Amino acid sequence: MIPALEVLETGPLVLIEDEGRPGHASVGVGHSGAADRSAHRLGARLVGNDEHLASLEVLLGGLRVRARGRLTVALTGAPAPARVDDRPIGHASLVDLAHGSVLTLGMPAAGLRTYLTVRGGIDVAPVLGSRSADTLSGVGPPPVRAGDVLPVGPAGATFPHVDQAAHPSHAVPWGSGDTGVAELEVLPGPRSAWVGGWGSSLGGLLGTTWHVHGDSDRIGLRLSGFRVERAAPYRDVELPSEGLVRGAVQIPAGGAPVLFLADHPATGGYPVIAVLTASAIDRAAQLRPGDLVRLRPPP
Amino acid sequence: MSTGPTILPAGPDALLLEVAGLDEVLALDAALRAAVDGGAASWASVTDVVPAARTVLLVTRPGTDLVALAAAIRALPTPRHSDFVRLACGSTPEKGPTSAPKSHEVGGGGVEIVVRYDGADLAEVAAMTGLDPAEVVRAHTSTLWRVAFGGFVPGFGYLVGGDPRLQVPRRESPRTRVPAGSVALAGEFTGVYPRASPGGWQLIGTTDAVLWDPDRSPPAVLTPGTRVRFVDIEASR
Repeated sequence: MIPALEVLETGPLVLIEDEGRPGHASVGVGHSGAADRSAHRLGARLVGNDEHLASLEVLLGGLRVRARGRLTVALTGAPAPARVDDRPIGHASLVDLAHGSVLTLGMPAAGLRTYLTVRGGIDVAPVLGSRSADTLSGVGPPPVRAGDVLPVGPAGATFPHVDQAAHPSHAVPWGSGDTGVAELEVLPGPRSAWVGGWGSSLGGLLGTTWHVHGDSDRIGLRLSGFRVERAAPYRDVELPSEGLVRGAVQIPAGGAPVLFLADHPATGGYPVIAVLTASAIDRAAQLRPGDLVRLRPPP
Repeated sequence: MSTGPTILPAGPDALLLEVAGLDEVLALDAALRAAVDGGAASWASVTDVVPAARTVLLVTRPGTDLVALAAAIRALPTPRHSDFVRLACGSTPEKGPTSAPKSHEVGGGGVEIVVRYDGADLAEVAAMTGLDPAEVVRAHTSTLWRVAFGGFVPGFGYLVGGDPRLQVPRRESPRTRVPAGSVALAGEFTGVYPRASPGGWQLIGTTDAVLWDPDRSPPAVLTPGTRVRFVDIEASR
Protein backbone atom coordinates (compact mmCIF):
# COMPACT_ATOMS: atom_id res chain seq x y z
CA MET A 1 0.00 0.00 0.00
CA ILE A 2 1.24 3.46 -0.90
CA PRO A 3 1.23 5.67 2.19
CA ALA A 4 -1.29 8.46 1.79
CA LEU A 5 -3.55 10.97 3.47
CA GLU A 6 -7.21 10.39 2.77
CA VAL A 7 -9.04 13.72 2.96
CA LEU A 8 -12.34 13.43 4.83
CA GLU A 9 -13.19 17.10 5.21
CA THR A 10 -11.67 20.50 4.46
CA GLY A 11 -12.26 23.97 5.85
CA PRO A 12 -12.33 27.16 3.74
CA LEU A 13 -9.16 26.35 1.76
CA VAL A 14 -6.46 23.68 1.84
CA LEU A 15 -3.59 23.99 -0.65
CA ILE A 16 -0.51 21.93 -1.43
CA GLU A 17 2.55 24.18 -1.13
CA ASP A 18 6.32 23.85 -1.12
CA GLU A 19 9.22 26.30 -1.50
CA GLY A 20 7.75 27.67 -4.73
CA ARG A 21 8.47 27.89 -8.42
CA PRO A 22 11.28 30.35 -9.24
CA GLY A 23 12.47 31.05 -12.76
CA HIS A 24 9.22 31.65 -14.67
CA ALA A 25 8.32 35.23 -13.75
CA SER A 26 9.36 36.51 -17.20
CA VAL A 27 6.61 34.40 -18.79
CA GLY A 28 3.99 35.45 -16.26
CA VAL A 29 4.24 32.69 -13.65
CA GLY A 30 5.11 33.88 -10.17
CA HIS A 31 7.09 32.20 -7.43
CA SER A 32 4.12 31.05 -5.29
CA GLY A 33 4.95 28.54 -2.51
CA ALA A 34 4.00 28.44 1.18
CA ALA A 35 2.62 31.81 2.29
CA ASP A 36 4.36 31.52 5.70
CA ARG A 37 7.70 30.14 4.52
CA SER A 38 9.21 29.81 8.02
CA ALA A 39 6.25 27.73 9.26
CA HIS A 40 6.56 25.42 6.23
CA ARG A 41 10.31 25.06 6.87
CA LEU A 42 9.86 24.37 10.57
CA GLY A 43 7.45 21.57 9.68
CA ALA A 44 9.99 20.16 7.23
CA ARG A 45 12.76 20.27 9.84
CA LEU A 46 10.59 18.62 12.50
CA VAL A 47 9.75 15.57 10.38
CA GLY A 48 13.19 15.39 8.72
CA ASN A 49 11.99 16.45 5.26
CA ASP A 50 13.91 18.35 2.65
CA GLU A 51 12.32 21.83 2.51
CA HIS A 52 11.45 21.29 -1.16
CA LEU A 53 8.91 18.62 -0.23
CA ALA A 54 5.30 19.80 -0.13
CA SER A 55 3.09 20.32 2.92
CA LEU A 56 -0.59 21.22 3.30
CA GLU A 57 -1.40 24.87 3.93
CA VAL A 58 -4.67 24.90 5.87
CA LEU A 59 -6.59 28.19 6.03
CA LEU A 60 -8.57 28.55 9.27
CA GLY A 61 -8.58 24.85 10.17
CA GLY A 62 -11.43 22.50 9.44
CA LEU A 63 -9.27 19.69 8.01
CA ARG A 64 -9.87 15.99 8.74
CA VAL A 65 -7.54 13.38 7.23
CA ARG A 66 -7.16 9.63 7.69
CA ALA A 67 -3.73 7.99 7.56
CA ARG A 68 -3.10 5.21 5.06
CA GLY A 69 -0.06 3.45 6.38
CA ARG A 70 1.90 4.63 9.39
CA LEU A 71 2.82 8.32 9.05
CA THR A 72 4.84 10.90 10.96
CA VAL A 73 3.41 14.43 10.85
CA ALA A 74 3.80 17.86 12.45
CA LEU A 75 1.59 20.94 12.67
CA THR A 76 3.23 24.38 12.42
CA GLY A 77 2.13 27.96 11.67
CA ALA A 78 -1.09 29.18 13.28
CA PRO A 79 -1.60 27.06 16.43
CA ALA A 80 -4.95 25.30 16.33
CA PRO A 81 -6.54 22.68 18.57
CA ALA A 82 -5.90 19.28 17.04
CA ARG A 83 -6.44 15.65 17.90
CA VAL A 84 -5.68 12.21 16.58
CA ASP A 85 -8.85 10.16 17.02
CA ASP A 86 -9.81 11.37 20.54
CA ARG A 87 -6.33 12.24 21.77
CA PRO A 88 -5.30 15.92 21.75
CA ILE A 89 -1.93 16.56 20.12
CA GLY A 90 0.56 19.40 20.49
CA HIS A 91 1.62 22.15 18.11
CA ALA A 92 5.06 22.06 16.48
CA SER A 93 5.50 18.49 17.74
CA LEU A 94 6.22 15.17 16.07
CA VAL A 95 3.03 13.13 15.89
CA ASP A 96 2.77 9.47 14.95
CA LEU A 97 -0.32 8.50 12.95
CA ALA A 98 -1.21 4.81 13.03
CA HIS A 99 -2.81 3.34 9.90
CA GLY A 100 -6.48 4.30 9.90
CA SER A 101 -6.20 6.99 12.57
CA VAL A 102 -7.89 10.33 11.90
CA LEU A 103 -6.26 13.72 12.46
CA THR A 104 -8.71 16.57 13.07
CA LEU A 105 -7.55 20.18 12.93
CA GLY A 106 -9.72 22.87 14.52
CA MET A 107 -9.85 26.62 14.05
CA PRO A 108 -6.74 28.55 15.11
CA ALA A 109 -7.30 31.06 17.93
CA ALA A 110 -5.01 33.52 16.16
CA GLY A 111 -3.34 33.52 12.78
CA LEU A 112 -4.66 32.15 9.50
CA ARG A 113 -2.57 29.32 8.16
CA THR A 114 -1.60 26.05 9.79
CA TYR A 115 0.82 23.71 7.99
CA LEU A 116 0.44 19.95 8.12
CA THR A 117 3.74 18.38 7.14
CA VAL A 118 4.08 14.64 6.54
CA ARG A 119 7.40 12.86 6.62
CA GLY A 120 8.07 12.08 2.93
CA GLY A 121 6.03 15.07 1.71
CA ILE A 122 2.78 15.29 -0.26
CA ASP A 123 3.84 13.52 -3.45
CA VAL A 124 1.56 14.89 -6.19
CA ALA A 125 3.04 15.51 -9.65
CA PRO A 126 5.16 18.68 -9.78
CA VAL A 127 4.39 21.35 -12.40
CA LEU A 128 7.40 23.38 -13.62
CA GLY A 129 9.50 21.90 -10.84
CA SER A 130 7.16 22.66 -7.94
CA ARG A 131 4.10 21.18 -6.23
CA SER A 132 2.85 24.61 -5.15
CA ALA A 133 -0.70 25.67 -5.96
CA ASP A 134 -0.54 29.17 -7.45
CA THR A 135 -3.98 30.74 -6.93
CA LEU A 136 -3.25 33.58 -9.37
CA SER A 137 -1.92 31.79 -12.46
CA GLY A 138 -3.73 28.50 -11.81
CA VAL A 139 -0.45 26.59 -12.19
CA GLY A 140 0.08 23.65 -9.83
CA PRO A 141 -2.24 21.20 -8.07
CA PRO A 142 -5.90 22.19 -7.53
CA PRO A 143 -7.18 22.95 -4.02
CA VAL A 144 -7.50 19.87 -1.83
CA ARG A 145 -11.07 18.50 -1.57
CA ALA A 146 -12.84 15.91 0.54
CA GLY A 147 -12.38 12.53 -1.12
CA ASP A 148 -8.86 13.29 -2.36
CA VAL A 149 -6.21 10.70 -1.59
CA LEU A 150 -2.88 12.50 -1.32
CA PRO A 151 0.11 10.19 -1.85
CA VAL A 152 2.98 10.54 0.63
CA GLY A 153 6.50 10.25 -0.78
CA PRO A 154 9.31 8.04 0.49
CA ALA A 155 10.94 9.25 3.69
CA GLY A 156 14.42 10.70 3.19
CA ALA A 157 17.63 9.59 4.84
CA THR A 158 17.41 12.35 7.44
CA PHE A 159 15.71 11.45 10.68
CA PRO A 160 13.87 13.87 12.95
CA HIS A 161 16.18 15.32 15.61
CA VAL A 162 13.72 16.78 18.10
CA ASP A 163 10.21 15.93 19.26
CA GLN A 164 9.06 19.50 19.64
CA ALA A 165 10.15 22.99 18.58
CA ALA A 166 9.76 26.14 20.63
CA HIS A 167 7.19 28.47 19.10
CA PRO A 168 8.90 30.89 16.74
CA SER A 169 8.88 34.34 18.32
CA HIS A 170 6.29 35.69 15.90
CA ALA A 171 3.87 32.82 16.30
CA VAL A 172 1.93 33.79 19.41
CA PRO A 173 0.48 36.33 19.38
CA TRP A 174 0.60 37.55 15.81
CA GLY A 175 0.46 41.12 17.05
CA SER A 176 3.06 42.46 19.41
CA GLY A 177 1.34 41.44 22.64
CA ASP A 178 0.45 44.45 24.73
CA THR A 179 -0.79 46.65 21.94
CA GLY A 180 -2.13 43.91 19.68
CA VAL A 181 -0.54 45.60 16.70
CA ALA A 182 1.63 43.49 14.39
CA GLU A 183 4.88 45.24 13.51
CA LEU A 184 6.25 44.53 10.05
CA GLU A 185 9.76 45.55 9.08
CA VAL A 186 10.26 47.11 5.63
CA LEU A 187 13.29 47.91 3.47
CA PRO A 188 13.53 50.52 0.68
CA GLY A 189 11.49 49.89 -2.46
CA PRO A 190 12.32 51.06 -5.99
CA ARG A 191 9.78 53.91 -5.85
CA SER A 192 10.32 55.20 -2.30
CA ALA A 193 11.00 58.62 -3.86
CA TRP A 194 7.39 58.79 -5.06
CA VAL A 195 6.25 59.23 -1.45
CA GLY A 196 9.03 61.42 -0.08
CA GLY A 197 12.02 59.06 -0.12
CA TRP A 198 13.54 56.57 2.32
CA GLY A 199 14.03 58.29 5.67
CA SER A 200 10.64 60.03 5.44
CA SER A 201 7.34 58.58 6.68
CA LEU A 202 6.80 57.34 3.10
CA GLY A 203 3.66 59.40 2.69
CA GLY A 204 2.25 58.11 5.98
CA LEU A 205 2.91 54.39 5.32
CA LEU A 206 5.15 54.31 8.40
CA GLY A 207 3.60 55.53 11.63
CA THR A 208 0.02 54.73 10.60
CA THR A 209 -1.82 51.92 12.36
CA TRP A 210 -3.50 50.06 9.51
CA HIS A 211 -6.37 47.61 9.45
CA VAL A 212 -6.09 44.41 7.43
CA HIS A 213 -8.90 44.60 4.89
CA GLY A 214 -11.24 41.66 4.26
CA ASP A 215 -10.28 41.56 0.61
CA SER A 216 -6.95 39.85 1.37
CA ASP A 217 -5.66 36.50 0.16
CA ARG A 218 -2.48 34.67 -0.92
CA ILE A 219 -1.98 37.27 -3.66
CA GLY A 220 -1.84 40.19 -1.27
CA LEU A 221 -2.89 41.79 1.96
CA ARG A 222 -4.89 45.00 1.54
CA LEU A 223 -4.56 47.65 4.24
CA SER A 224 -7.13 50.32 5.05
CA GLY A 225 -7.49 53.28 7.41
CA PHE A 226 -5.50 55.98 5.66
CA ARG A 227 -4.30 57.04 2.20
CA VAL A 228 -0.61 57.15 1.36
CA GLU A 229 0.06 60.51 -0.31
CA ARG A 230 2.40 60.81 -3.27
CA ALA A 231 5.05 63.52 -3.23
CA ALA A 232 4.19 66.56 -5.36
CA PRO A 233 6.30 65.73 -8.47
CA TYR A 234 4.66 62.29 -8.77
CA ARG A 235 0.97 63.15 -8.17
CA ASP A 236 -0.28 62.59 -11.71
CA VAL A 237 2.51 60.39 -13.05
CA GLU A 238 1.69 56.98 -14.53
CA LEU A 239 4.12 54.16 -13.91
CA PRO A 240 4.60 51.63 -16.72
CA SER A 241 4.24 48.06 -15.40
CA GLU A 242 7.38 46.65 -13.80
CA GLY A 243 8.47 43.41 -12.14
CA LEU A 244 7.14 42.74 -8.63
CA VAL A 245 8.76 40.88 -5.73
CA ARG A 246 7.11 38.94 -2.92
CA GLY A 247 6.74 41.39 -0.03
CA ALA A 248 6.37 44.46 -2.25
CA VAL A 249 4.36 47.28 -0.67
CA GLN A 250 2.47 48.78 -3.60
CA ILE A 251 0.38 51.96 -3.53
CA PRO A 252 -2.49 51.83 -6.05
CA ALA A 253 -4.23 55.00 -7.24
CA GLY A 254 -6.57 55.10 -4.22
CA GLY A 255 -3.64 55.26 -1.76
CA ALA A 256 -4.50 52.09 0.21
CA PRO A 257 -1.39 49.86 0.38
CA VAL A 258 -1.22 46.29 -0.88
CA LEU A 259 1.37 43.95 0.67
CA PHE A 260 2.10 41.29 -1.94
CA LEU A 261 2.38 37.70 -0.72
CA ALA A 262 3.32 34.35 -2.30
CA ASP A 263 0.96 34.42 -5.32
CA HIS A 264 1.67 38.03 -6.34
CA PRO A 265 1.48 38.92 -10.05
CA ALA A 266 4.78 38.93 -11.95
CA THR A 267 4.40 42.62 -12.83
CA GLY A 268 2.39 45.60 -11.56
CA GLY A 269 1.67 49.14 -12.67
CA TYR A 270 1.69 51.05 -9.37
CA PRO A 271 4.70 52.27 -7.39
CA VAL A 272 6.36 49.89 -4.91
CA ILE A 273 7.53 52.17 -2.11
CA ALA A 274 8.92 49.56 0.30
CA VAL A 275 9.50 45.80 0.56
CA LEU A 276 8.84 43.60 3.60
CA THR A 277 11.69 41.58 5.07
CA ALA A 278 11.41 37.79 4.77
CA SER A 279 10.18 37.35 8.36
CA ALA A 280 7.71 40.22 7.97
CA ILE A 281 6.24 38.48 4.91
CA ASP A 282 5.71 35.32 6.98
CA ARG A 283 4.05 37.33 9.72
CA ALA A 284 1.87 39.21 7.22
CA ALA A 285 0.71 35.86 5.81
CA GLN A 286 -0.78 35.08 9.23
CA LEU A 287 -2.74 38.33 9.69
CA ARG A 288 -6.52 38.20 9.67
CA PRO A 289 -8.97 40.74 8.32
CA GLY A 290 -9.45 43.36 11.06
CA ASP A 291 -5.99 42.81 12.61
CA LEU A 292 -3.95 45.96 13.27
CA VAL A 293 -0.58 46.39 11.62
CA ARG A 294 2.22 48.95 11.62
CA LEU A 295 5.16 49.10 9.23
CA ARG A 296 8.56 50.30 10.36
CA PRO A 297 12.12 50.48 9.06
CA PRO A 298 14.80 48.27 10.65
CA PRO A 299 15.98 49.57 14.06
CA MET B 1 24.29 61.00 -20.31
CA SER B 2 23.95 57.64 -18.64
CA THR B 3 25.76 54.58 -19.93
CA GLY B 4 24.19 51.93 -17.71
CA PRO B 5 20.88 51.27 -16.01
CA THR B 6 19.80 53.07 -12.86
CA ILE B 7 19.93 50.45 -10.10
CA LEU B 8 17.02 50.74 -7.65
CA PRO B 9 16.53 48.78 -4.39
CA ALA B 10 13.73 46.19 -4.34
CA GLY B 11 13.94 44.65 -0.89
CA PRO B 12 16.37 42.11 0.57
CA ASP B 13 16.69 39.85 -2.48
CA ALA B 14 16.15 41.89 -5.65
CA LEU B 15 17.28 44.87 -7.72
CA LEU B 16 15.20 46.86 -10.20
CA LEU B 17 17.16 48.19 -13.16
CA GLU B 18 15.67 51.19 -14.94
CA VAL B 19 16.53 52.31 -18.47
CA ALA B 20 15.22 54.89 -20.92
CA GLY B 21 12.84 52.76 -22.96
CA LEU B 22 11.94 49.49 -24.62
CA ASP B 23 14.97 49.27 -26.92
CA GLU B 24 17.23 49.57 -23.91
CA VAL B 25 15.13 46.99 -22.01
CA LEU B 26 15.54 44.49 -24.85
CA ALA B 27 19.28 45.02 -24.93
CA LEU B 28 19.73 44.93 -21.15
CA ASP B 29 17.50 41.86 -20.77
CA ALA B 30 19.50 39.97 -23.40
CA ALA B 31 22.80 40.99 -21.79
CA LEU B 32 21.57 39.91 -18.34
CA ARG B 33 20.29 36.55 -19.61
CA ALA B 34 23.59 35.93 -21.36
CA ALA B 35 25.43 36.75 -18.11
CA VAL B 36 23.16 34.48 -16.03
CA ASP B 37 23.41 31.63 -18.57
CA GLY B 38 27.19 32.18 -18.70
CA GLY B 39 27.30 30.90 -15.14
CA ALA B 40 29.87 33.27 -13.63
CA ALA B 41 29.85 33.22 -9.84
CA SER B 42 28.38 36.69 -9.33
CA TRP B 43 25.30 35.71 -11.38
CA ALA B 44 24.76 32.22 -9.99
CA SER B 45 22.17 33.27 -7.41
CA VAL B 46 19.88 35.08 -9.87
CA THR B 47 16.61 33.12 -10.12
CA ASP B 48 14.52 35.46 -12.28
CA VAL B 49 15.14 38.15 -14.91
CA VAL B 50 11.87 40.02 -15.45
CA PRO B 51 11.84 42.62 -18.24
CA ALA B 52 9.01 45.16 -18.49
CA ALA B 53 8.38 48.40 -20.39
CA ARG B 54 11.21 50.43 -18.85
CA THR B 55 12.80 48.14 -16.28
CA VAL B 56 14.34 44.74 -15.72
CA LEU B 57 13.87 43.13 -12.30
CA LEU B 58 16.56 40.76 -11.03
CA VAL B 59 15.39 38.37 -8.30
CA THR B 60 18.01 36.41 -6.35
CA ARG B 61 18.12 33.68 -3.75
CA PRO B 62 17.99 34.92 -0.14
CA GLY B 63 21.39 35.88 1.23
CA THR B 64 22.79 37.13 -2.08
CA ASP B 65 25.34 39.96 -1.91
CA LEU B 66 23.40 42.65 -3.80
CA VAL B 67 26.31 45.10 -3.68
CA ALA B 68 28.49 42.64 -5.58
CA LEU B 69 25.66 41.95 -8.01
CA ALA B 70 25.21 45.69 -8.62
CA ALA B 71 28.93 45.92 -9.41
CA ALA B 72 28.61 43.02 -11.88
CA ILE B 73 25.68 44.82 -13.55
CA ARG B 74 27.71 48.01 -13.92
CA ALA B 75 30.52 45.96 -15.48
CA LEU B 76 28.27 44.54 -18.23
CA PRO B 77 29.30 45.55 -21.74
CA THR B 78 27.24 48.47 -23.04
CA PRO B 79 24.54 47.04 -25.28
CA ARG B 80 24.51 47.96 -28.95
CA HIS B 81 21.24 49.66 -29.72
CA SER B 82 21.67 49.60 -33.49
CA ASP B 83 20.43 46.00 -33.67
CA PHE B 84 17.01 47.11 -32.64
CA VAL B 85 16.81 49.92 -35.13
CA ARG B 86 17.41 47.39 -37.88
CA LEU B 87 14.93 45.01 -36.30
CA ALA B 88 12.27 47.72 -36.38
CA CYS B 89 12.88 48.04 -40.13
CA GLY B 90 12.08 44.38 -40.57
CA SER B 91 15.45 42.79 -41.23
CA THR B 92 17.10 40.05 -39.23
CA PRO B 93 20.08 41.23 -37.24
CA GLU B 94 23.20 39.11 -37.11
CA LYS B 95 23.84 37.41 -33.82
CA GLY B 96 25.68 39.82 -31.60
CA PRO B 97 26.15 40.45 -27.92
CA THR B 98 22.52 41.56 -27.69
CA SER B 99 20.95 38.45 -29.20
CA ALA B 100 19.09 36.15 -26.86
CA PRO B 101 21.00 33.13 -25.57
CA LYS B 102 20.22 29.83 -27.25
CA SER B 103 18.14 28.36 -24.45
CA HIS B 104 15.58 31.11 -24.90
CA GLU B 105 15.25 30.63 -28.61
CA VAL B 106 12.85 28.30 -30.31
CA GLY B 107 13.49 26.67 -33.65
CA GLY B 108 16.93 28.16 -34.26
CA GLY B 109 16.33 31.79 -33.46
CA GLY B 110 12.70 32.47 -34.13
CA VAL B 111 9.20 31.15 -34.39
CA GLU B 112 6.61 31.41 -37.10
CA ILE B 113 3.01 31.66 -35.99
CA VAL B 114 0.40 30.80 -38.60
CA VAL B 115 -2.62 33.08 -38.29
CA ARG B 116 -6.10 33.08 -39.75
CA TYR B 117 -6.76 36.81 -40.09
CA ASP B 118 -10.43 36.71 -39.15
CA GLY B 119 -10.42 38.84 -35.98
CA ALA B 120 -13.57 40.60 -34.82
CA ASP B 121 -11.78 43.97 -34.88
CA LEU B 122 -9.95 43.60 -38.21
CA ALA B 123 -12.32 45.95 -40.07
CA GLU B 124 -12.13 48.50 -37.26
CA VAL B 125 -8.32 48.31 -37.18
CA ALA B 126 -8.33 48.87 -40.94
CA ALA B 127 -10.58 51.91 -40.52
CA MET B 128 -8.42 53.34 -37.72
CA THR B 129 -5.17 52.87 -39.60
CA GLY B 130 -6.48 54.00 -43.00
CA LEU B 131 -5.43 50.67 -44.51
CA ASP B 132 -7.66 48.03 -46.00
CA PRO B 133 -7.86 44.66 -44.20
CA ALA B 134 -5.47 43.01 -46.66
CA GLU B 135 -2.91 45.76 -46.03
CA VAL B 136 -3.28 45.27 -42.25
CA VAL B 137 -2.49 41.57 -42.75
CA ARG B 138 0.48 42.38 -44.98
CA ALA B 139 1.80 44.89 -42.44
CA HIS B 140 1.41 42.41 -39.59
CA THR B 141 3.19 39.61 -41.48
CA SER B 142 5.93 41.65 -43.10
CA THR B 143 8.05 42.58 -40.08
CA LEU B 144 10.02 40.46 -37.66
CA TRP B 145 8.53 40.99 -34.20
CA ARG B 146 10.37 40.37 -30.97
CA VAL B 147 9.08 39.48 -27.51
CA ALA B 148 9.90 42.42 -25.25
CA PHE B 149 8.40 41.13 -22.00
CA GLY B 150 5.73 38.90 -20.51
CA GLY B 151 3.22 39.24 -17.72
CA PHE B 152 -0.59 39.40 -17.61
CA VAL B 153 -1.15 35.63 -17.88
CA PRO B 154 1.28 32.70 -18.24
CA GLY B 155 2.68 32.54 -21.74
CA PHE B 156 1.53 35.98 -22.90
CA GLY B 157 4.24 38.07 -24.55
CA TYR B 158 4.30 41.73 -25.50
CA LEU B 159 5.81 41.78 -29.02
CA VAL B 160 7.44 44.87 -30.51
CA GLY B 161 9.03 45.73 -33.83
CA GLY B 162 5.87 46.00 -35.89
CA ASP B 163 4.97 48.30 -38.76
CA PRO B 164 4.36 51.70 -37.12
CA ARG B 165 1.13 52.07 -39.12
CA LEU B 166 -0.38 49.29 -36.99
CA GLN B 167 -0.40 51.31 -33.75
CA VAL B 168 -3.99 51.37 -32.53
CA PRO B 169 -5.49 52.18 -29.12
CA ARG B 170 -7.00 49.52 -26.89
CA ARG B 171 -10.74 49.01 -27.21
CA GLU B 172 -12.80 51.51 -25.26
CA SER B 173 -14.48 48.75 -23.30
CA PRO B 174 -12.53 45.52 -22.81
CA ARG B 175 -14.13 42.19 -23.72
CA THR B 176 -14.97 39.98 -20.76
CA ARG B 177 -13.79 36.96 -22.74
CA VAL B 178 -11.22 36.86 -25.51
CA PRO B 179 -10.89 33.36 -27.00
CA ALA B 180 -7.60 31.44 -26.66
CA GLY B 181 -5.35 31.92 -29.69
CA SER B 182 -6.60 35.43 -30.47
CA VAL B 183 -3.96 37.56 -32.18
CA ALA B 184 -4.34 41.18 -31.16
CA LEU B 185 -2.92 44.70 -31.38
CA ALA B 186 -2.64 47.52 -28.80
CA GLY B 187 -0.33 50.53 -28.88
CA GLU B 188 3.03 49.49 -30.32
CA PHE B 189 2.45 45.86 -29.28
CA THR B 190 1.03 42.72 -30.75
CA GLY B 191 0.26 39.63 -28.69
CA VAL B 192 -1.45 36.25 -28.68
CA TYR B 193 -3.87 35.30 -25.88
CA PRO B 194 -2.56 31.91 -24.67
CA ARG B 195 -5.86 31.09 -22.99
CA ALA B 196 -9.35 32.58 -22.84
CA SER B 197 -9.30 35.65 -20.62
CA PRO B 198 -10.71 39.16 -20.38
CA GLY B 199 -8.91 41.59 -22.67
CA GLY B 200 -9.03 45.01 -24.27
CA TRP B 201 -6.78 44.55 -27.28
CA GLN B 202 -7.99 44.78 -30.90
CA LEU B 203 -8.47 41.27 -32.29
CA ILE B 204 -7.19 40.77 -35.83
CA GLY B 205 -6.87 36.99 -36.10
CA THR B 206 -6.61 33.58 -34.50
CA THR B 207 -3.97 30.88 -34.31
CA ASP B 208 -3.97 27.20 -33.32
CA ALA B 209 -0.41 27.49 -31.97
CA VAL B 210 -0.18 26.35 -28.33
CA LEU B 211 1.86 29.11 -26.71
CA TRP B 212 1.69 27.86 -23.14
CA ASP B 213 2.00 24.25 -21.99
CA PRO B 214 3.31 23.66 -18.46
CA ASP B 215 4.23 20.08 -19.42
CA ARG B 216 6.62 21.32 -22.11
CA SER B 217 10.12 22.65 -21.54
CA PRO B 218 10.25 25.58 -21.85
CA PRO B 219 6.51 25.95 -21.19
CA ALA B 220 6.19 29.30 -22.98
CA VAL B 221 6.99 29.85 -26.66
CA LEU B 222 7.09 33.63 -26.35
CA THR B 223 9.98 34.14 -23.93
CA PRO B 224 11.61 37.59 -23.84
CA GLY B 225 14.01 38.05 -26.75
CA THR B 226 12.32 35.49 -29.02
CA ARG B 227 11.87 36.65 -32.62
CA VAL B 228 8.48 36.02 -34.18
CA ARG B 229 7.12 36.14 -37.72
CA PHE B 230 3.39 35.90 -38.31
CA VAL B 231 2.31 33.97 -41.41
CA ASP B 232 -1.06 34.38 -43.14
CA ILE B 233 -2.70 30.95 -43.42
CA GLU B 234 -4.21 31.97 -46.78
CA ALA B 235 -0.82 32.89 -48.20
CA SER B 236 0.88 29.76 -46.82
CA ARG B 237 -1.48 27.34 -48.58
